[in-house]
Amino acid sequence: MRKIWWKILAASFVCISIVAGFIGPVPELPILNETIRNVYFHVPMWFAMITLYTISMVYSIKYLSSGKVEFDTIAVEAVNTGIIFCFLGLLTGMQWANITWGDPWPNDPKLNGSAIATLMYLAYLVLRNALEEEQKRAKISAVYNIFAFPIMVVLLYILPKLTDSLHPGSGGNSTFGDLDMDNYMRPVFYTAVIGWILTGVWICTLRYRIRLIENKRTQLS
Amino acid sequence: MKKIFLSTSFLFLSLLSAFAQSNGVEMATYLRSSGKIWVVVLVVLTLFIGIFIYLFTMDRRIKKLEKDK
Repeated sequence: MRKIWWKILAASFVCISIVAGFIGPVPELPILNETIRNVYFHVPMWFAMITLYTISMVYSIKYLSSGKVEFDTIAVEAVNTGIIFCFLGLLTGMQWANITWGDPWPNDPKLNGSAIATLMYLAYLVLRNALEEEQKRAKISAVYNIFAFPIMVVLLYILPKLTDSLHPGSGGNSTFGDLDMDNYMRPVFYTAVIGWILTGVWICTLRYRIRLIENKRTQLS
Repeated sequence: MKKIFLSTSFLFLSLLSAFAQSNGVEMATYLRSSGKIWVVVLVVLTLFIGIFIYLFTMDRRIKKLEKDK
């Protein structure tokens, strides 16, 4: 993971998605107008978040089966980075909703679900700080993390699809695939998603490496 | 590493400005060039290139720290 090519890929994909996202053609729709371009910037935040949370859950399972402290460190740093993307997603979503739905926080099941999911992951971080003993902390928080992940998926992706949500693809709403009939948006959208996921993973690895150095320092002193 | 990154970003920026100029000539065909949207694109792109350069330098500094051990 210390190779440079995928970091350059991350940077260039995000930059390409910015240029294509601003300039490229988009379907002309009422209410949304040009704000449909937010799909390239708001949605990738959530993709990056769920990727980081998945990494975190996988490493929590790995920690429980092997007992290696490094895996626990990866799990925490993935959540730490994922929560940044979660807040960015919430903020950009609120700005977008304020204009198109007329309210920064309409009582939408997807919004409420994401709020609960955010609190759940904040609770994970608080839980870690509350436990003093290292092994106990790592074990309990790993178990919590493994349980939090499926609940987050249900709250964010399954429950809103079952009820009426303002988000696309929920209830009777059409999905973005139906709106984007000429398939102009799809390549740009995927470029943005891949770019942002890689950027998130990159930031996570930086945080992890800093933590490793810190851990070594505390062990030496 | 830094050289590769700098040269690619310069190439990208110069390509972009060339593209923007050619748009300026054919104003009537491009809807958005008259609204000066390219300026916004350039500003946002500069911001993100700045952020990525910051990430790359941070990466290098951490690498140095790792080698010290």
